[in-house]
Amino acid sequence: MVTNPNMSKAVKLRQLKKTYANGTQALKGIDLDVKKGDFFALLGPNGAGKSTAIGILSSLVRKTSGRVEVFGADLDTDPESVKSQIGLVPQEFNFNQFEPVEEIVINQAGFYGIPRKQAVVRARSVLKTLDLWDRRRAQARSLSGGMKRRLMIARALVHEPNLMILDEPTAGVDIEIRRSMWRFMQEINRAGTTIILTTHYLEEAENLCRNIAIIDCGHIVENSSMKDLLHRLHRQVFILSLRNPVHVLPENAPFGLKVVDEYSLEAVLEQEQNLNQLFGWLNSHGIEALSMRNKQNRLEQFFMDRVQQRQCGADS
Amino acid sequence: MSRISRYRVAFTTIVVREILRFSRIWVQTILPPAITTALYFIIFGTLIGDRIGEMDGYRYKDFIVPGLILMAVITHSYANVVSSFYHSKYQHHVEELLVSPVPNWIILLGYVTGGVARGLVVGVVVTLVSFFFTDLHIVNYPLTLLVVVLTSILFATGGFINAIFANSFDDISVIPVFVLTPLTYLGGVFYSIDMLPQFWQDVSLANPVLYMINAFRYAMLGVSDIQPGVALALIAGFVLLLGAVALWLLKIGVGIKS
Repeated sequence: MVTNPNMSKAVKLRQLKKTYANGTQALKGIDLDVKKGDFFALLGPNGAGKSTAIGILSSLVRKTSGRVEVFGADLDTDPESVKSQIGLVPQEFNFNQFEPVEEIVINQAGFYGIPRKQAVVRARSVLKTLDLWDRRRAQARSLSGGMKRRLMIARALVHEPNLMILDEPTAGVDIEIRRSMWRFMQEINRAGTTIILTTHYLEEAENLCRNIAIIDCGHIVENSSMKDLLHRLHRQVFILSLRNPVHVLPENAPFGLKVVDEYSLEAVLEQEQNLNQLFGWLNSHGIEALSMRNKQNRLEQFFMDRVQQRQCGADS
Repeated sequence: MSRISRYRVAFTTIVVREILRFSRIWVQTILPPAITTALYFIIFGTLIGDRIGEMDGYRYKDFIVPGLILMAVITHSYANVVSSFYHSKYQHHVEELLVSPVPNWIILLGYVTGGVARGLVVGVVVTLVSFFFTDLHIVNYPLTLLVVVLTSILFATGGFINAIFANSFDDISVIPVFVLTPLTYLGGVFYSIDMLPQFWQDVSLANPVLYMINAFRYAMLGVSDIQPGVALALIAGFVLLLGAVALWLLKIGVGIKS
């Protein structure tokens, strides 16, 4: 039996370019593959091109050139097949604020050709799953920010897409809702839905995603598995809380140790160093650490290093 | 599920949503034309009309009925689509349609049908009001329906094109106020162009609304300043032209895609 190798890929982008009418080159020929069933992070600073890439993938932005395939269907030759497999949760609220919650979800199902009877059942299911059932008759504008985000997820799920694109889905929601949304995203991914996530919370990407691409100035500057990427991190910075105050450290203290305040120290561990060595040194100098934490998310430093290495130019 | 079934469901969804939208705000969308028409009949029909006498063999208040009905249909078909589609752009919920597998022609057909639905509802309301003031007899029912539906389609499509280009709320009121209203009022709603000097009769012939109102008057009363066949061909031609323009604009994404 001959199988189409593209079918193992949820998304395949080749030499994707986008130049806006004002001359801005948002994408300068990116190649990207997302495997079927993956939980994929697409990261990048503001204006890097990730929203443009997502816009093209979801047919909201017209590409200048290049190829886009979703589960083997080509966006140019079979746009309806591409669209029917994607569920989009955009950054901005993009529903009719005056429509009732349930109607928004049912109508979206209708746009995908799902008959109303079936759409009503599916809407009930997704609204219950996302804790919006009690507010189904409320106008969308009356929902809280977190509820509006969940409404957009419910709407994107109602046609049971194979690929969910979540563009900063947890922006501006409190930590409790964020964590419940993480659990939900993990559940739908386990059920077989491929997920592409863009986020500014690098902790979110690190916790959820198996593969990652970093986009900057319209180029993919990093594309690897999360495991490989974290393994390649050269250094980690820790903050140690101390039992007793320390005012001065010995000269030439290792691990880049420095005093933050009298009850905390900052320590830098290079890739070849380990925590036992650090604690061994602290013990030998009578310094007792009560607890420790990362100064910043480990991915954050890597991200900053990668995106600050280049200056965006016309064709950098 | 077959492609045709999917399209039918998507089309029905758009149309039902549009009908629900204008029905929810019936005080803004359905009631005003009833009141305006009643005022027209009281002032132009009863108070002034009796002094004018007959026009083309009809009492003045009977003569103006077709024009008043079609004027309401034109205004509301246009207003429904321009307002609804512009709001969907403004609130970005047009993206619901753009990301889903709905072809452009279904989007256009859905919005236009919504506009026609409002135009026809308003047309029926105005006709019912007319019954209170006139002795209405319709000469040709099928032709009446054909003209009103074609005209409604034409202006609903016009409203769609206006909404595509609109970037502000001002942009959706400029055409209705500065183009549509003068063309309608000067399109023979309240008079026959035979009353005008030859020069103004010739100028009036360049006004497409004149053809629609006269075709409608012919269908209702059997009198017209224009050959009904010419008027129908003109309306159908404009429908095809504007429909093609709207589809092309959707295809290249003007105003809705970057």
